[in-house]
Amino acid sequence: MRSFSLADFLSLLSALQWTGVLVLIALAFGAPLALGLALMRTSARRALRWTATAFLQLVQGVPLLGLLMFFYFGMPVFLGVEMPPLVAVGIAMTVYTASFLGEIWRGGIEAVKHEQWEAAACLGLSTWHQFRYVIAPQAFRMALPPTVGFLVQLIKGTSLASIVGFVELARAGQLVSAATFQPLLVYSIVAAIYFAACLPLTLWARSLEARLNGAR
Amino acid sequence: MALVDIKNVTKSYGSIEVLKGVSLSIDEGEIVTIIGKSGSGKSTLLRCINALERIDGGEITVEGQPVRTDMPNLRGFRQRVGIVFQAFNLFPHMTVERNITLAPILNKRIAKAEGRALALDVLARVGLADKIDAYPAQLSGGQQQRVAIARCLAMGPQLMLFDEVTSALDPELVGEVLKVMEDMARQGMTMVLVTHEMGFARNVASKIVFMHQGRVWEEGPPADLFANPRTPELRSFIASAR
Repeated sequence: MRSFSLADFLSLLSALQWTGVLVLIALAFGAPLALGLALMRTSARRALRWTATAFLQLVQGVPLLGLLMFFYFGMPVFLGVEMPPLVAVGIAMTVYTASFLGEIWRGGIEAVKHEQWEAAACLGLSTWHQFRYVIAPQAFRMALPPTVGFLVQLIKGTSLASIVGFVELARAGQLVSAATFQPLLVYSIVAAIYFAACLPLTLWARSLEARLNGAR
Repeated sequence: MALVDIKNVTKSYGSIEVLKGVSLSIDEGEIVTIIGKSGSGKSTLLRCINALERIDGGEITVEGQPVRTDMPNLRGFRQRVGIVFQAFNLFPHMTVERNITLAPILNKRIAKAEGRALALDVLARVGLADKIDAYPAQLSGGQQQRVAIARCLAMGPQLMLFDEVTSALDPELVGEVLKVMEDMARQGMTMVLVTHEMGFARNVASKIVFMHQGRVWEEGPPADLFANPRTPELRSFIASAR
């Protein structure tokens, strides 16, 4: 047994990098999927709407923990595919991000007045150009504060990856706590690090909200 | 041949039939004003000319080409038939210049500098060249509507539709928009307007169409129609409209 030292604190901080990696993976793969889902959900074609809705219902009805378990423990059993923790966690976080961001962005798209689509169509713009230049920028403004808010959820959500043994901040906290027998201190520090990472985002989201509401 | 030919057009929303067999023809250079009570189907008819609404029966042709919501080259058609809305519908996140040049740049692939020159040209025609860099929210309602007209003009349309374009404006701002429209009429633009501005209908229109209960109730030159309404419906409409 040893007591909590600066080295332990630094190891926690370096584990925060892996939390960051998970967030980046989730956003890099989840955001394009989210855009696709949002477009499908607002599409005029029923088949597209239903497919996206079914996917969303499925994913949002399962806790993130369940998704992680499924991709890490379930995939080898069902499909015979063994996955390294990073891949399994990455897929689970991606799916999770896609479904929640997709719904946030759908809300943004639907919040733009129908007349804007109509005006753009009357100028002879293609449907894609209507979306790209007229709808999306306005939808993005409205969806930005909740998107940043979701980012906070995502950062905290990555802590669940510790369940499958992936060493990010929460898992590193477990390891340090086991080595030092100072769980209260260690977990308090872990919590403080999460808080410090999320606080700027929360403040940013709040100021965005104030600013965008004022601008309307 | 008439520029716009509307034959026996019917249109229902659910069980409510809003157009019950409307026929109307519009020649090049005509200024046609559609008047009537709300619910008479005048805005719906206008939106059908631009393929914004699907018609259930009959036929609309523009330059001999049948107008349908699934017509081939709908986008090209929309650039030849411009429409201005009651609520302006400018793009709030774009400057006046960008509002005007977006479609020409995307559709006709004109260069940015050429776009600015085009924007200045059409803005000059509505008297707003100095507002080229403003955002819509910085403009009054009348100015916004004039920008919307300029945006439409930038497509070089052969026909322009106006859907109650002064109804959302404060009374003191109506005049500036009507003046722009009068100028356009004088320059020979073919225009179809739905309006409550009886003065404009009387003085500028070449033809008045009075719609009632989804039908063209009466039509004719304004002097005729206002002086000698043949139906009691038109008589009471004229009396009620100041």
